[in-house]
Amino acid sequence: MWSFILRRLLYNIPVYLGIVLVVMLILRVNDPVYAALGKNPSVEEIQAKRESMGIDRPFVEQYGRFLKELVTLDFKRESWDLKIPVKQLLDRTILPSLLITVPTLVTSTILGIGIALVAAYFRGRAVDKTLMILAVLGMSVSYLVYVIVGQYFGAHLLNQSLAARDLDPLFATSGFDPALSDLGTWARQPARNAGMWITYCCLPVLIGVFVSVGYDTRFYRAVMVEETGRDYIVTARAKGAGNRRVMFIHMLKNAMIPVITRVMISLPFLLEGAIVVEVYFGIPGMGRTLIGAIEAKDFPVIETFTALLAGIFILSNILTDVLYALVDPRVRLS
Amino acid sequence: MTSAPPHPAPAPPPAPAREPVLRVRNLTTRFRTERGMVTAVDDVSFDLYPGETLGIVGESGCGKTVTSKSIMRLLPENVTRIDPASRIEFAGRNLASLPEHELRRVRGEKIAMIFQEPMTSLNPVFRVGWQLDEALRLHTRLNRAERRAKVIEMLRIVEIPSPENRMDDYPHQLSGGMRQRVMIAMALCCEPDILIADEPTTALDVTIQAQILDLMESLKRKTRTAIMLITHNLGVVAQVCDRVMVMYAGRVIESGSVRDIFHRARHPYTRALLESIPKKGGRVKGARLPAIGGMVPSLFNLPKGCRFSDRCGFVQDRCRAEEPTFGEHGAAAHPVRCHFPIETPVKISVRAAP
Repeated sequence: MWSFILRRLLYNIPVYLGIVLVVMLILRVNDPVYAALGKNPSVEEIQAKRESMGIDRPFVEQYGRFLKELVTLDFKRESWDLKIPVKQLLDRTILPSLLITVPTLVTSTILGIGIALVAAYFRGRAVDKTLMILAVLGMSVSYLVYVIVGQYFGAHLLNQSLAARDLDPLFATSGFDPALSDLGTWARQPARNAGMWITYCCLPVLIGVFVSVGYDTRFYRAVMVEETGRDYIVTARAKGAGNRRVMFIHMLKNAMIPVITRVMISLPFLLEGAIVVEVYFGIPGMGRTLIGAIEAKDFPVIETFTALLAGIFILSNILTDVLYALVDPRVRLS
Repeated sequence: MTSAPPHPAPAPPPAPAREPVLRVRNLTTRFRTERGMVTAVDDVSFDLYPGETLGIVGESGCGKTVTSKSIMRLLPENVTRIDPASRIEFAGRNLASLPEHELRRVRGEKIAMIFQEPMTSLNPVFRVGWQLDEALRLHTRLNRAERRAKVIEMLRIVEIPSPENRMDDYPHQLSGGMRQRVMIAMALCCEPDILIADEPTTALDVTIQAQILDLMESLKRKTRTAIMLITHNLGVVAQVCDRVMVMYAGRVIESGSVRDIFHRARHPYTRALLESIPKKGGRVKGARLPAIGGMVPSLFNLPKGCRFSDRCGFVQDRCRAEEPTFGEHGAAAHPVRCHFPIETPVKISVRAAP
């Protein structure tokens, strides 16, 4: 297995070099200097700006420098827009993103599998039909509607009624506490941070779950219904296994393969963050930062974030194959 | 291999004193479909005696498999309905109305089943030893070591080489014949009274078919398990069955001992089935095999009168108007569902199964 992982990693090196190359080339189609300096800059100003940005050097040199940063994971270039090293920016934005995306993915996956199991168990009956109608309904409503409804009913009205009873507000309409993006404070004052998390992150997470649980449920139900139609299910029932045993042991292990695929595909998006939620709830995560960087033509930030996401994508693909082999004995890594 | 009796020692008809192990009466199974209710098995009655092999034959779609799955109640409950008048009497209970949790104690322990597709019938993600062990865990109080010994013993009985190693294999590591042996081991590990084999050899190649049939025969002799063998291969029936029940469009149309059916088949459909068996030396090169003209009628659109009337070479006006009952029409012999049963002996030889 280790030789498989190593081989896959080696195969992906040229792919990765290509991704980084393409990202850097595409960015350089437009000269960022003019955007930064506005109208009518002098030749000297342009030259000075070029040098300060580091784009006066030959492309090969810029490429080499960035690769070195990626290998050492030491992103010491400064953001052109925010004037702080990219490394510092990463440190500051990763945690807020993960605080939203990880709970969303975990909750939505577990809920999705759970509801799908219930629906598949009662396939074709009223319970199943009701759940599927709700799932389609949940999928059909726009993300933005959830945000607005969530902020109005979940935060604004709830807080008003809490205030009327002299209680502290439960969810903030938007905002974030900087302490949450510092791992040190989580170690020192976990209780306070947990409270902060409920105030600022719980509502965005709930909304994220609402948005994705419909899709998840429908997908997992389809997988399970397909599995329940297989011959080995009849064999298990003919053996005298009860419905629950058939569902939770015989079927579920077979259904794990599509489940793993779906979860692993969404792993890279954990880092990217839920952009819409971050923007509307003012959460200083990677998604919002990346959008800001693209608007400001902030090459160091765009390059670093994109290259990191690409790396995570490749790693999660390899991890997916390894997990397949662990779950399905027919898959051999070679 | 000329016109030798199809079975070496024609089984004597079961002595009247013997009690059937399974008594099926008026079994009617309906499916709910998009086009309405359809009756897949219509008023089927038969007995199964201990230690005998009953063959159920017929074309695809005649209700053989639905009959067997109805007995085990393995059909999807949301679309199937077993008529409340149906009786499936086993060990003093009516399986047709037994609650699910009691039925689970019958399935696998008293009545076991093997299926047509050994390639897909085993769970692909569990070791075969685990799957055998599960049957023992569900139905016996043996401890882990005893179960392991039993699993190895069962695999040895079904002639799987080095069972200690094979039990740790996954199904995909075994050949089709091996998998069917595992299925048989799994079905027989709790020493059931009845083994229902639904086309157990159809998916296997010819040499393996013979091995599997021999295996079932020798196991039956050892354990006195009654076997219900569902097949469309009359050669297989001739080789291993004691009695035969012929089905057509959801109904039993003829039943009797193997001798009765192969030598004195009375229903035109049974005759046609026998004639469509390829015969050794009985066929000019290039000539077409005899086939039954037409198609099995759709269960949605059954002919009025006898269900075989559209395809029958001996059809008369009465056949189209009135459906014959199942009984001893004409000369007293084995029962048949035909107004005008054929009473001349069959003039064909049946080759034993390959």
